[in-house]
Amino acid sequence: MAPPNPLRHEVIRVYKQLLYMGREYPLGYDYFRPRLHKAFSAKADLQDEAEIRKGLEQAEYVKKEIEALYYLKRYRALKQRYE
Amino acid sequence: MSGIRVLVPVKRVIDYAVKPRVNKAQTAVETQGVKHSMNPFDELSIEEAVRLRERKKPVEDILAFSAGPTKSQDILRTAMAMGADRGIHVVEEKQELEPLHVAKVLQKVVEEENRNLVILGKQSIDDDAGQTGQMLAGLLGWSQATQASKVEIEGDECTVTREVDGGVETLKAKLPMVITTDLRLNEPRYASLPNIMKAKKKPLVKKKMEEYGIDLTQRLKTVKVTEPPTRQGGGKVEDVDGMISKLKELGAL
Repeated sequence: MAPPNPLRHEVIRVYKQLLYMGREYPLGYDYFRPRLHKAFSAKADLQDEAEIRKGLEQAEYVKKEIEALYYLKRYRALKQRYE
Repeated sequence: MSGIRVLVPVKRVIDYAVKPRVNKAQTAVETQGVKHSMNPFDELSIEEAVRLRERKKPVEDILAFSAGPTKSQDILRTAMAMGADRGIHVVEEKQELEPLHVAKVLQKVVEEENRNLVILGKQSIDDDAGQTGQMLAGLLGWSQATQASKVEIEGDECTVTREVDGGVETLKAKLPMVITTDLRLNEPRYASLPNIMKAKKKPLVKKKMEEYGIDLTQRLKTVKVTEPPTRQGGGKVEDVDGMISKLKELGAL
C-alpha cells in the first residue's frame, strides 16, 4: 500500500468545513451533502501534488462563494422586510 | 488617548429564514423546535467592533453579552468566533425579557466592566422593538447614534453617518457612547468551523439574573398575535374601458 498522502488531512479538513457550511444551504443539507461528496469522490484518484493543490484551491473558492451566497440571501431578506 | 472597550450585546432569535408560526392561543410565536440564530443586526455590531480593531483603532477588548436561556450560549460562541474576545451570559430561563430589563442589565454590565462603547443592533427581528439601545443611552446618560451606516473613530471623537430620508446625516460625539447598527453598516463575516472551535477556548462567564437585582415585572402586555392577512390575487382586465370601470369600482377614479 502506498504511504498516505501528506495532503490527505488538508483535504479532509476542507471537506469537513464545507459539510458544516452545507447545513444552512437553502436547498437543504440533503441536497448539499451528496453533491459535495460526489465532487470530492470524483477527484479521489488524484495523485499529483500540484493537481491536489488545485483541487484544494477550488474548494476554498467554493467556500467563499457559499459565504457570499449566505450573506446576500440574508441581506436581501432583511432589506425586503425592513426598508 | 485611552483604549476602546467595546460591549456588544447579542440576542438569540428565530432564524430569519424560518417562517414564524403563531401558537394556538394567539399569544406568541411558536419557538419550540424552531431553528434559532443570532439576530442579524447584532452580527453587524460584532463585525463593526472587530473591524474597528482591524483598522488599528485602539480596541482593548470586545465583550459579547447575551441574556436569555442557556441556548443563548451558542450565539455567544458564534459572536466569539466572529472576533469577540470573551462573553457574559446572563441566564434567564423563565421569563421573556423586555427592552427595559435588558437595558438595565446592560447598564450594570457597562459599569462593572468599565466599557466606553456599546454597539447594539438597531432592533431584533423577533419583537422588533428597537428600544434597547436608546433606553441604555438614556440610563447611562451617554451620547447615542442610532442606525449607523458608517462609524469612524479618531481619538475619542466618533463620527457616525446615518441614512435618513433623502440623504445622509452625520453625527459627531465623544466617547463614551452608544451606537446602534443599520443594515448597510458592513458585511458580517461567516463564523467558520475552525473559528467556532477556537471560540470554545475563549472565556465565557455565566451569571444569574438575580445577581443584578433588577425588577423584572412585565410592563408590556401582548394582547394578541395573528398572522398577516393572506394576499388577494390580482385580476386581469380585457381593455382600457375594462380597466377604467374597474378603477371606478375600487373608488380610485
